[in-house]
Amino acid sequence: MGAKMRKRLTNFLLNLLTAVLALGWASLIVWAIVVSFRPSSEPLGRGDVWFGHHLTFANYLKAFSLAPFAIYYRNTIIIVGMILVAQLVTITLAGFAFAHQEFRGKKLLFFFILLQLMIPAAALLVPNFATIRKLGLFDTTLAVALPYFGSAFGTFLMRQAFLEVPRDLVDAGVMDGCSWWQLLWHIYLPPSIPTLIAFALSSVTWHWNEFLWPLVVTLSDKSRPLTIGLVRFTQLGEIGARWPLLSAATIIVIAPLLLLFLLFQRQFIRSFLHSGLK
Amino acid sequence: MTAVSPPLRRSRKAPAWLPYVLISPTLLIVLVFTAWPTVQAIYTSFFRQYLNIAKFRTPTFIGLGNYRQLLTSADFHEVLRNTAIYVLGTVPASIVLAFLFALLVNRAVKGIGLARLSFFYPTILPMVSAATIWMFFFTPDYGLFNTFLQSLGYHGPQNWLGNPHLALLAVMIVAVWKQAGYLMIFYLAGLQNLPQDVFEAASIDGASWWTQLWKIAFPLLRRTTLFVSTIAVIDAFQVVDHIFVLTQGGPSQSSSVLLYYLWQVRFEDQNVGLASALTVVLIVIMLAITVTNFLLSEREGA
Repeated sequence: MGAKMRKRLTNFLLNLLTAVLALGWASLIVWAIVVSFRPSSEPLGRGDVWFGHHLTFANYLKAFSLAPFAIYYRNTIIIVGMILVAQLVTITLAGFAFAHQEFRGKKLLFFFILLQLMIPAAALLVPNFATIRKLGLFDTTLAVALPYFGSAFGTFLMRQAFLEVPRDLVDAGVMDGCSWWQLLWHIYLPPSIPTLIAFALSSVTWHWNEFLWPLVVTLSDKSRPLTIGLVRFTQLGEIGARWPLLSAATIIVIAPLLLLFLLFQRQFIRSFLHSGLK
Repeated sequence: MTAVSPPLRRSRKAPAWLPYVLISPTLLIVLVFTAWPTVQAIYTSFFRQYLNIAKFRTPTFIGLGNYRQLLTSADFHEVLRNTAIYVLGTVPASIVLAFLFALLVNRAVKGIGLARLSFFYPTILPMVSAATIWMFFFTPDYGLFNTFLQSLGYHGPQNWLGNPHLALLAVMIVAVWKQAGYLMIFYLAGLQNLPQDVFEAASIDGASWWTQLWKIAFPLLRRTTLFVSTIAVIDAFQVVDHIFVLTQGGPSQSSSVLLYYLWQVRFEDQNVGLASALTVVLIVIMLAITVTNFLLSEREGA
């Protein structure tokens, strides 16, 4: 067999492998979307797990009527929004202090903040739950959001971004008599916007999807986010194995992020790439 | 103007306390939700406190009693074994798949963007949603995972989530499915940064695709692999959402891992002391991973 033949065969096999794996990976979301439009009167069975006789939107309406998904939506948006706004402010300010200013204890304080990266919040579930109770915040959206108002990782990212701002630019600003916030606002921030956006995308995704912490600190629908709502929904007695209904509920939870992701794929991937670069 | 005026035009000097004010919100959050709870967990781990038993509701000092109880607890041993299997299984599997995915989608072929999309999208799904869909895939008889296995000639048990020998494997499969595409992007970035002439030279020398892969690409990406392993290991310890949906740690603890068990002990058994001891165990493991990673990357960097 010639080298050219061999190369073509290799390429063919690689393409085949790619296609098989990609189809396998995609089959979950494709199935969920398809079945969410299947009439619930047609139970799934062997060899009959995709389309029904016609498409229906009824499962979505039914899901909304069985559980307060609108409220879950509101709660998730409030939680994600609170965290994002707080983080953007705190990481910018702290990142600026660590990048631009000199002060006693700087190294030590920076290391102290990095503790948050070494001991993930998930491990501290039990004592943090006690703290939330003591603060009187149990079963509020604020309880879900509060521990994330400061981010060691975000601070680190912003510090890096600010350190890359050309020194000449900063010196010029200082010469012109800029106050610290003018320096931050006009000189440090503009070139660092991409970093902020990257951080924001992964923060939103992460907190939209979070489950364990809200499970622990919420108790009623007034504060439950979508993820908790979905799991409670799957455990409702009347749902059982009604897959069209379950799929619809699943799609309700993931649709906004999935759409956002499809629109801004490149930015998302860049953001996640960033989020790992500690 | 440059030579004469500078001293007059110098910026109003920011006060010395300013940096402390700027970092104070972040500092406060780390103090209240990372440092303090760590200390608190160590402290309460020396006490016996059950919230659901009236006479044990107030904490009593019992020294290392909770740790002793862990050492002798059959449940804890099972959970540790499960955790070890879970981590040692999912991490290498995710990494190998991630590397494979990266190689496959790093080729200029029509439609390759769709494949990348397909591998990566699980990253942005909430784990509980992914697990809900997987619940169907694991359904005996008509679930697609079983259908697929049967088409490959599998005739074993199908009740993945209810079988004590398969439940842990099932939650591991879901974790790998979710994680591989995320890790893929780091290899993809790594591959794209590799000097292309190395591959060209190798392919002129007639090195096969396979050789190029294992003898050239993988060694060059050693740092990426170290980095990706760290993310994967840490995630393996802290993501248990799918267990809540799929198996609730069962049947009889067979798919319970450390963090899930911690939740059970605290919120089902209401055993605060033991849960605190487990928290300490988890913190020690996390710190050990961070330190190991730090030492390894120092060595790599040198």
